[in-house]
Amino acid sequence: MAASLGVVTPELIPFETPLALERGGSLPRYDLMVETYGTLNAKKSNAVLVCHALSGDHHAAGYHESESNKPGWWNHYIGPGKCIDTDRFFVVSLNNLGGCSGSTGPLSTDPETGKAYGPSFPEVTVLDWVHAQARLADHLGVEKFAAIVGGSLGGMQALQWSITYPERVGAAAIIAAAPRLTAQNIAFNEVARQAIMRDPNFFDGNYADHDVIPASGVGLARMVGHITYLSDVSMGEKFGRSLPRADRDAEGVNFAVEQYLRYQGEQFSGRFDANTYILMTRALDYFDPTLNESIPLPQVLSTTACKFLVLSFTTDWRFSPSRSEEIVDALIQAGKPVSYTRLESAHGHDAFLIPDATYERIFKAFMDRVHQDLGGNA
Amino acid sequence: MISHSYQIPDWIAKNSRVLDLGCGDGRLLAQLVETHAIDALGLELDPDKIAACLDLGLSVVQQDLNRGLSNFNDQQFDTVIMTQTLQAIRRPDLALSEMLRVGREAIVTFPNFAYIRNRIQLGLAGHMPVNPQLPNPWYDTPNIHLSTFRDFEELCQTLSIRILEKDTSNLSGKRTWLGTVWPNLFGEVAVYRLTKES
Repeated sequence: MAASLGVVTPELIPFETPLALERGGSLPRYDLMVETYGTLNAKKSNAVLVCHALSGDHHAAGYHESESNKPGWWNHYIGPGKCIDTDRFFVVSLNNLGGCSGSTGPLSTDPETGKAYGPSFPEVTVLDWVHAQARLADHLGVEKFAAIVGGSLGGMQALQWSITYPERVGAAAIIAAAPRLTAQNIAFNEVARQAIMRDPNFFDGNYADHDVIPASGVGLARMVGHITYLSDVSMGEKFGRSLPRADRDAEGVNFAVEQYLRYQGEQFSGRFDANTYILMTRALDYFDPTLNESIPLPQVLSTTACKFLVLSFTTDWRFSPSRSEEIVDALIQAGKPVSYTRLESAHGHDAFLIPDATYERIFKAFMDRVHQDLGGNA
Repeated sequence: MISHSYQIPDWIAKNSRVLDLGCGDGRLLAQLVETHAIDALGLELDPDKIAACLDLGLSVVQQDLNRGLSNFNDQQFDTVIMTQTLQAIRRPDLALSEMLRVGREAIVTFPNFAYIRNRIQLGLAGHMPVNPQLPNPWYDTPNIHLSTFRDFEELCQTLSIRILEKDTSNLSGKRTWLGTVWPNLFGEVAVYRLTKES
């Protein structure tokens, strides 16, 4: 096991230029909560952008305060000697616009009203995030990222980058993602949103005015989501039909899996804002670089100028391997350099977060080559 | 490890687009990138070999050749290579047709089952051949469609495939004098350069 990054400190970076948004409206100003790991080289060529998924944030690796805390969400893959090697790369990770971990979002104050945005926070899209990330790159002095990397919704940001800013991306790693959501994907997101909206404490998103949070709705949304992140196999292995531990047998819990989902829901509702959850799922639903199939995907990707790594996981049914293969096939047809592996895993969609020897071997080989192509000790 | 036949680089144009079906650890493609500045793509099933290709900076896609090449466009490549794999494919005839749909030319190598050592093992000893090129016993072998120079050429005729060049090599990829004179008997590895009959 490689060394850890140790304690890392996030930084809040203000942006005072208004940002026009894809689905209308604009943000007059905004802040982004950012963590960086490693050192930007003199040529400023070794930056890697890590994009987070639905419920992720800027804290991708290392620890806050002390190593006794939970590490960042991709700690296994980012650090000294790891796949995204912080001895070589300058890693940038941020909380996206609309998030609830410090970047401007529904919890932030609307400068026009002096009150929290709440449900009036404008709809943001993957494209808006990419534009905001590009401004962050400008701020950091990074003209071109050596690589942009992400899993799930994070992979969609990497894909969007390759399309929107081809000259600013050296390589893109798109993991457990899809070129756009299916009706079934959207349906699950809608159940999650309805769970939140039907919570009596939701108050049309103005729950802050009533000093409450729709904890039950957010918890239920998380439970539904969580089922789609796991696989039948992994749930079977983890819980089977076993009963909950006797000392925790309360509130009518019959099976261990119920106890687990309730716990996940409760934990999540305590830390995640309901309006952000709605906004993030909408961003997922609307992501579609083919603009509703008006442009075929190979044509959309024909202007990309980076190397691609696409990875999928055999038991992922949220974004199954065939969804990743749509991206791969479109890149092949566009004549773009793409590498792809369908990794064996029992862990469903969550596999992209979980340690696995083959996954690490392939991811690291790709990233090592990205570094090598920068020109050795660049 | 069987080395690729010595003729292959001579049949590849500089700066051309090359697809290698069953590219293994990527040695052939990496060499061609180096010497011919080709635009290379490999297809491979084994994740360890895919990782080895990535180490060499190659682009490689995990794909089962038995599922065809329907995700590729017509005439997308200048050359499609398949070394020592044709005999392990469920439908070699469909594979050949697909290779010449997505590529202008194809280079194919396979073990010549009529090679003298195989003939002796089968004809005199009465056993299915087991040797360095065909190391597996008959009941557990990936080599399910063994053929000879003659068989292969008949198939090419059926499929309207024109043989541009025909040659042979030994397992080290080298030329042998006898193999050149009498390939169907002394050629260990059959080596063909093909195109579609216009």
